[in-house]
Amino acid sequence: MEWETVIGLEVHVQLSTASKLFSGTSTEYGAQPNTQASIYDLAMPGTLPVLNTEALRMAVKFGLSIGAEIGKKSVFDRKNYFYPDLPKGYQTSQLDYPTVGKGELVINMEDGSQRTIGVTRAHMEEDAGKSLHEDFHGKSGIDLNRAGTPLLEIVSEPDMRNAKEAVAYLKKLHSIILYLGISDGEMSQGSMRCDANVSVRPKGTTKLGNRTEIKNINSFRFVEKAINIEVERQIDIIEDGGKIEQETRLYDADKNETRSMRSKEVANDYRYFPEPDLLPIVIDDAYIETVRATLPELPDVKKQRFQDQYGLSEYDAMVLSSDLASANYFEAVVDTCDDAKLSANWVMGDLQAYLNKEEISIVNSIVSAKVLGGLIKRITDNTISSKIAKTVFEAMLAGEGDADSIIESKGLKQVTDTGAIEKMVDDVITANPDQVQQFKEGKEQVIGFFVGQIMKASQGKANPGQVNKMLKEKLSK
Amino acid sequence: MSIELGDVENIAHLARLHLSNEEKQEAAGSISNILALIDQMQSVDTDNVEPLAHAFDAVQRLREDVVTESNQRDELQKIAPETEEGLYLVPKVIE
Repeated sequence: MEWETVIGLEVHVQLSTASKLFSGTSTEYGAQPNTQASIYDLAMPGTLPVLNTEALRMAVKFGLSIGAEIGKKSVFDRKNYFYPDLPKGYQTSQLDYPTVGKGELVINMEDGSQRTIGVTRAHMEEDAGKSLHEDFHGKSGIDLNRAGTPLLEIVSEPDMRNAKEAVAYLKKLHSIILYLGISDGEMSQGSMRCDANVSVRPKGTTKLGNRTEIKNINSFRFVEKAINIEVERQIDIIEDGGKIEQETRLYDADKNETRSMRSKEVANDYRYFPEPDLLPIVIDDAYIETVRATLPELPDVKKQRFQDQYGLSEYDAMVLSSDLASANYFEAVVDTCDDAKLSANWVMGDLQAYLNKEEISIVNSIVSAKVLGGLIKRITDNTISSKIAKTVFEAMLAGEGDADSIIESKGLKQVTDTGAIEKMVDDVITANPDQVQQFKEGKEQVIGFFVGQIMKASQGKANPGQVNKMLKEKLSK
Repeated sequence: MSIELGDVENIAHLARLHLSNEEKQEAAGSISNILALIDQMQSVDTDNVEPLAHAFDAVQRLREDVVTESNQRDELQKIAPETEEGLYLVPKVIE
C-alpha cells in the first residue's frame, strides 16, 4: 500500500527580550546557574506577574509578518503539571485567546517550487528551567535561569507531506524571525526548538491517522532524520497489523531512533484555567498599525527585488535573501563594486566556502563586504584575472590586507602591456616548433598548450584574452 | 451531576494530594455539590454574553522591558533544603 505522511510542527521561539516574560530578571544566555532566578521565577509566595511589553510587541510583529489575525484581546491561562524545573506548578500560557491567530507561511522547496503552509496560532508562554541529571549523588540539579524566559509557540496546521517540507517550513520560520529581530534563532542554544506531530494514512484517504509527537529535535538536519525514521516505524507497525499509539516520543540522534517517553503515565491532563493573576491583554488598531510600520522588507519581497534590481537568478536570489545577514552583506558588496552577478558568485562561492570551513557566520567574516567589493572591482577593471583574484582572496583570509595592497605587495597586477605579452608569445612560439607545426596542420586545440605556457611564464599575470588573440594572429601567419 | 471516588482519586493524583478514604468520600460529596451549582448556572441563557476572562473589568498593565532584579542566589539558596554548585538539588527525576 502507498502511504501518505502528515506533519504538523510546534516551534518554540525564544523572544530576545532583555528581561523575562513576567519579571524583571535578565534573560542573558550562559550565566552561572540560578544567578538569573529571582523571587518571582522561583514562585515565592506573594509574587505576581507583570507582562513584558516588548514580548507582546514581538508576538504581534510576528503575527503581522505572516498575515495572521491579531488577538485584540488575549488571555493567559495556567497549564498545570508538576516538574521540578517549573517551580509554580503551572506554566503560564495562552489557550483560547492567543495573541496570534490564523496565518500562513509560504515555503520554498529546493526545486524552486513553493507551498503555502497554514499557521494555526502563535501564543506567548514562559519557558521552564533546566534539569541536570548527572553527578549529584543520585539527585537532580535544577537551574532556573531559563524559567520565565518568554517563548512564542508557533503551531502549524498538519499541512506538510514529507520531511523536506518540514525542514523548508522550519527554515522559513527561522529566516523570518531573524528578519524581524525577535529572536537569535540559535537552535544549538535552544532559542528555537521544534516538536513534530507525525502520522501516516493510506494515500488518497483524508482521515488523519493516530499521531505521535516527537520531541527534542534541535537541528534542521535532525528534523528531517527524525521524521523519516518515525514514518518508517509507523508504516512498519501498521503493515504488521498493529496500531499506532498516540504518545510522545523522544528523538535520539546518536541512535537515529525515536522512543516512547511516557506511555505508561496517565494521559496528560493540564486542567487549563484562566490565570487569575493576569488581566486580559487588550490592544487596539492604532497599536497594531504602529507595530506594522516597523516590519522590515521580508525574505520573499527581498528575493523578488534581488531578481528585479540586480538581475539575479531565482535560485541565487533565494539563497541570498533567506538569511538577512547574507543579504545585507551581498548588498554592501554590490554597493562597492557595482557588479551584482560577480558579487553573488563570490558571496555564495568562495566566501561561503570559507565560512563553512571555519564554521563562522557572515557577520564575523574576516573579509568585510567592502574589502570583498574592492577585490571584485579589480576583476571588473581588468587589474587582475579571476584566477589571480582567488590568490588575493586567500591572502585576505590570511589577514594580509585589502585587494589593492595585496596586489601591490605581491606584484599580481595583470600584464596588459602589449609589448611584454608579445615578447612572451614570441618566446613560446620559438621554443615549441613541434606544436606550431601541429597547429598549422589544423590541430587547433594545441592553442591551449601555448596559453598554458604563457600563463606559466607570466605567473598567471598575463591577460588571458590578450594572450589568446595575439597567439591566434601570430600562429595563423 | 455527581462524581465517583475514582474521579476524586484521579484529580487528587494530578494535584499530588494524598487523601484518606474518609477525605475522598467527603471530597466526592463537596465536588458533586459544586458541579450541581455549575449545572444550575449552565442553564442560564448566555448566548449574547461575551465570555469573561477575569472577574475584574480591567485590562492588564504592562512592564517596560528592563532588568530590575539583581543576582540574589546566595540569599535565596540559604532557605533551600539542598544546593550544590549553584544548583537546587531535588530527588532524582528522569523521563
